[in-house]
Amino acid sequence: MATDVHRPVTTPAVPDGTVRPHEPATAVRVDGLTRAFDGRPVIDRLHLDVRAGEFVALLGRSGCGKSTLLRVLAGLDRDIEGTVLVPRRKAVAFQAPRLMPWKRVWRNVLLGLPGKPERARAEGALAEVGLGHRAQAWPKTLSGGEAQRASLARALVREPDLLLLDEPFGALDALTRVKAQRLVDELWQRRGCAVLLVTHDVEEAVLLADRVLVMDEGVIAHEQRIELPRSRDIADPRFAALRTGLLERLGVEAPAASPGAKADAA
Amino acid sequence: MSISHAPPPPTTPDISLEKTTPLAPGLVALVPSSSRRTRVPRWLRRTTGPVLLLGLWQLLSATGVLAPDVLAPPGTIARVAGDLVEDGSLTSAMGVSLQRVAVGLLLGALAGTGLALVSGLFRVGEDLVDASVQMLRTVPFVGLIPLFILWFGIGETPKIAVITLGVSFPLYLNVYAGIRGVDSQLIEAGESLGLSRWGLVRHVILPGALPGAMTGLRYSLGIAWLALVFAEQINADSGIGFLMVQARDFLRTDVIVVCLIVYAFLGLLADFVVRTLERLLLQWRPTFTGR
Repeated sequence: MATDVHRPVTTPAVPDGTVRPHEPATAVRVDGLTRAFDGRPVIDRLHLDVRAGEFVALLGRSGCGKSTLLRVLAGLDRDIEGTVLVPRRKAVAFQAPRLMPWKRVWRNVLLGLPGKPERARAEGALAEVGLGHRAQAWPKTLSGGEAQRASLARALVREPDLLLLDEPFGALDALTRVKAQRLVDELWQRRGCAVLLVTHDVEEAVLLADRVLVMDEGVIAHEQRIELPRSRDIADPRFAALRTGLLERLGVEAPAASPGAKADAA
Repeated sequence: MSISHAPPPPTTPDISLEKTTPLAPGLVALVPSSSRRTRVPRWLRRTTGPVLLLGLWQLLSATGVLAPDVLAPPGTIARVAGDLVEDGSLTSAMGVSLQRVAVGLLLGALAGTGLALVSGLFRVGEDLVDASVQMLRTVPFVGLIPLFILWFGIGETPKIAVITLGVSFPLYLNVYAGIRGVDSQLIEAGESLGLSRWGLVRHVILPGALPGAMTGLRYSLGIAWLALVFAEQINADSGIGFLMVQARDFLRTDVIVVCLIVYAFLGLLADFVVRTLERLLLQWRPTFTGR
């Protein structure tokens, strides 16, 4: 019913994605968004603005509504009230790669693109994530990390102005995750699209984002700018301080034996 | 033989034990599975059973335990089969029967998948179609033969109608289940990629329902032969079933057995066709282990 009144997930003439940082255009504008399940609001009159080209990480405890917010922005959940403005060109990478098992990797990458796109276009996107040699493979033959990169290529080939990442590294092993995080960092710096990364990993958020948002009780409860220079170092004491602060925000107190932790950071 | 954990009794000097014990006392050697097995090819092992059965049959016939008018010996059956092929009666009967199955299968497949698509893809279709089909499904289709004969006479139509009916239900059920069993996460991914409704059906739902459709096809083929046997034994004047009925009237067990073997052979052929289709169409499946 909200659909008629408020016209949510509308696609206005958002300033084109090539806007340079000196003219901060908006990639996402959310105003007074409410999404309720059985009368219980999971998102409660939420406000959110994301600048074009900005990397925003969204943290929160499980069940806080962060994934619901991402689904709303992706246009997958329209049972909402409030205003949601997103770019026409947006792409999602989910926690599971969600490749169609019956299509070869390159066909998966091109799936849903308008017209009859060339295979070379898929191969270009796959090469960008380091999977150029697996274009012809069936998804079942990919490793977890490869499948996730294919899913990323499928998102990037759409040349999105907004890239939505729903815990895309959650199911990867620790080593693969580090590589995948670096890859996303690189791709973002090269493409310059706005990114909204939903995660429960504080370290990941501080590592990648310009701005970290903590979601709680259906609203953005806390906002933290990350001013550290890029190619961030986890061992940097400022990094540790940011992480501790955010963890506290999430209800995880710093351990009592803090001298040890400090020694680690130093 | 290398499973040896206890230290050797001093009276038996075993060379292999003497070698392993000082290296790792208390350990058990794990022998590679390939070295333990005798190297008889699998196909040979698999054919042994049927060949033994055939030998037993011949033996019982030769010793007179199995009277020829109960069950003719294998040699006679081979000869009769040769005769039937030579005078053309078996080949023409096979042609007629195959044609009936093919037409019935085609019509049944069209009806079954068509209805499954309607009720699988649309909620309205489900409400309209599914309840009726589930109700009709419980009626044994063979029981409808008398009604079909009254409706359609005794020509080809009632026979094909029985096969069509028998074939359409398993296809309907499996295609419908296949469509409804498509991972909703994949459908959501398709939506997020900007697929239209028809694009979703074509690129996500139908390929996802294909394994189910193949299972349905397998069941359908089995039922098609069953329906054929029933249909051809009532009021037929051609086909394998007719040959069998005729043989029964003349007490020719050898001809009956030949016809049964032909049924089995045709069933195997149908199974081979489905397997080939699966290999071509389902090679993307992670569970696929053939080739």
